[in-house]
Amino acid sequence: MKILHSSEFVIALVLLAAMVLIGLVNPAFWGLDNLFSLAKSNVVIGIMALGVLLVMISGGIDVSFPAIAVAALYIVVRAMVELNYDGVLVPFLAAAAIGLVLGGFNAFIIERFRMIPLIVTLGTASIVRGLVLGLLGSSIVNINKMPKELIEFGRHDLMTVEAANGATYGLTSMVLVYLGIALVMHLVLRHTMIGRSVYAYGTDAESARRAGFNTRRTIWFVYCLAGLLAGFAGMLHTSMIWQANPRDFQGLELDVIAAVVLGGASIFGGRGSVAGTLIGVFMLVMVKNSLILLKVDTTWQRVVVGLIIVAATAITAWRDRKKLA
Amino acid sequence: MSDTLIELRNIGKRFGGVRALDGVSLAIRPGEIHCLAGENGSGKSTVIKVMSGIYTPEEGEILIDGRPVGRLDPIRAVQHGVQVIYQDFSLFGNLTVAENLALNTYVLEGRRRMDWRRARAMAVEVLARIGVDIDPDAEVGTLPTSGRQVVAIARAILARARLIIMDEPTTALTRHEVDALFAIVRDLQAQGIAVLFVSHKMREMLEISERLTVFRNGRKVAEGPMSDFDEAAITHAMTGLSLTDDPYRPALPPGPPLLEVRKLSVPGSVQDIDLSLRPGEIVGISGLIGSGRTELARALFGMEPGMTGTIRLGGREIHPRSVQEAIALGIAYVPEDRLTEGLFLPQSIERNLVVSILERLRRGPFLDTRAVREKTLGMFRDMQIAAPSPETAVGNLSGGNAQRVMLGRWLLTGARVLILNGPTVGVDVGSKATIHRIIRDLAQREGLGVLMISDDVPELVTNCNRIHVMHRGRFVADLDGSGMTEDRINDALKTLN
Repeated sequence: MKILHSSEFVIALVLLAAMVLIGLVNPAFWGLDNLFSLAKSNVVIGIMALGVLLVMISGGIDVSFPAIAVAALYIVVRAMVELNYDGVLVPFLAAAAIGLVLGGFNAFIIERFRMIPLIVTLGTASIVRGLVLGLLGSSIVNINKMPKELIEFGRHDLMTVEAANGATYGLTSMVLVYLGIALVMHLVLRHTMIGRSVYAYGTDAESARRAGFNTRRTIWFVYCLAGLLAGFAGMLHTSMIWQANPRDFQGLELDVIAAVVLGGASIFGGRGSVAGTLIGVFMLVMVKNSLILLKVDTTWQRVVVGLIIVAATAITAWRDRKKLA
Repeated sequence: MSDTLIELRNIGKRFGGVRALDGVSLAIRPGEIHCLAGENGSGKSTVIKVMSGIYTPEEGEILIDGRPVGRLDPIRAVQHGVQVIYQDFSLFGNLTVAENLALNTYVLEGRRRMDWRRARAMAVEVLARIGVDIDPDAEVGTLPTSGRQVVAIARAILARARLIIMDEPTTALTRHEVDALFAIVRDLQAQGIAVLFVSHKMREMLEISERLTVFRNGRKVAEGPMSDFDEAAITHAMTGLSLTDDPYRPALPPGPPLLEVRKLSVPGSVQDIDLSLRPGEIVGISGLIGSGRTELARALFGMEPGMTGTIRLGGREIHPRSVQEAIALGIAYVPEDRLTEGLFLPQSIERNLVVSILERLRRGPFLDTRAVREKTLGMFRDMQIAAPSPETAVGNLSGGNAQRVMLGRWLLTGARVLILNGPTVGVDVGSKATIHRIIRDLAQREGLGVLMISDDVPELVTNCNRIHVMHRGRFVADLDGSGMTEDRINDALKTLN
């Protein structure tokens, strides 16, 4: 019975209701082509959301991950073009490492100077984006210059379906990468002590210290891993769209934070789960996708995302306050 | 096995130029219930921190099981079985009972994996051992205070505690919950675990503890078996003063009452209350929580919009419909929880004092800072607030001094009727006496009418000239003069149902 009261179950019900509703308005929603494209749109945002989830459980907030993702993907792709290098594993490792280092910068400032994560990551975002554009320029690396193996990796499909009109639709294999990372993240958060230390720290930092947790290590773990995931997601993004744009991911932080909050994570810290986040991401992507299907202008989509984040935050804040009282 | 569990010998500790502890010796035996008493700043919290390894003393030595342990740090203290339960319990409200119980042990054992099954088994076992029925899968944040305290105790047991130090454990508990806590403590004792209470609630100390140690100004001033002490002796040891409490019997000037209440009702909580208050009177209201006593006070202060009946102040009928109106009419209310309900903790004493009369200290659109300074300096002295200057932040003051700031604020509003709800809750004995003296002075000298609501029956008996006992929204007993004894009030409260 417990599962019926869990946040994840409620969110899943809301998602299901929304899917049915959207399906009624627009039957094309249930088409495999649409579902495959939805799944594809989940991957990059979803991996970033897992990093943001980690930060939010620890009671912090991260707005630097889009900048970190851009830095990782653009530095790596530009380097590959300059060095005439082609491959998959090394670029992904390099992007993850860049993310790790930038996340480590966040961790250092937050832990050493006891600074508010929002301010620190805002600053980091601005520094990183500025440095990338200033030092590497703003030219977009297009498909003709993109390393071929990277493109091949990104376009790999799990299965393809042929539609009546002869067009083929594929379910991208990157979904497996996403779900794999999600599974690992779930295991770490739920079944390791470092994972539980993130919850403990996010609930009450002082009590976590008294319980004997090395809370400095917890902060380093949180921001480094969030940075690593952002770097990795950036690389995945570039290989899936066959392009490296140093101005990419503008305004993405709000979408991702909205998805994580939709997934039931608390803005006060200490609460949130991988399962909820997966559902939250799916819901956000689906809503944005439906707005496109309904031919709603992108400017108005911003309004909807804003409304979602305000409503979801208000509901979870209300829930948490009720529990605390 | 030595006959002392932990022993402090001639411990000295300094902070800068201040001697926090001076030649303190203290021994706790296995399985004993020991009480550490003292006012704020007496050194009792420093002693706890020395015992739990947070502070390292400059002088003296610490012995555990009769052997000197040298430098004690928090981890070694835990290894020796010393556990501290702080007032906030240090629990994780978002996590389950089982996880809260297991985390410390796992961290101590240096585990990397979170073993949920073992956590649950540990929780079930330890909760059964202290004989309480708490769902190990419940989130700690959903438990009542008493439940959270039990979880904190269980966690200490799991950490193989041999001595559990509890800091003011009864503050937020009801009488019933205190009894339940004491049953658990006696149970711990039977299992050979010693308990050190740190408290200034004398009645409860007398009830549970076997031995008592009293601190004052960083020195041990009294110790011995509890049977050697009574309340007066403990108070004397804690304060160094004999606080003789003469009953308050004011000379009342003839004339009409200051405040007259007829048939006051608040739907659901107060029914047909008649009450009068003459200048110089201190009238007590006793009653259990939920008796309607707080709602009565709130109604007089304009905070109960559903109120019916008449209120006359100085012969004139008034209808306070909001706090602002009540203040303007000369009614002041000091609420139960002074810390959350009234004071701006990070702000200075001065700003806290004048916040209710800013409108009157205006010069054009600006604040007349000179008038502010004059007003506050006078009140700062009158209230004998122990702080370097009126610039000190209220958050740095002790409970007693914070309460004085609150009183001072209301006096500045020119109040004629002062309603006090639990005026000395959480205040130490010395401060309490000062607050009582100030209240009596105000009533007698300034001709204020004071309505004092309190759980503390002795406080009412010594400071009031009349007492009403309230139950289910009505006054069920009215006592005055020699009929006003603790026993009679306690009897009246006990027979109520």
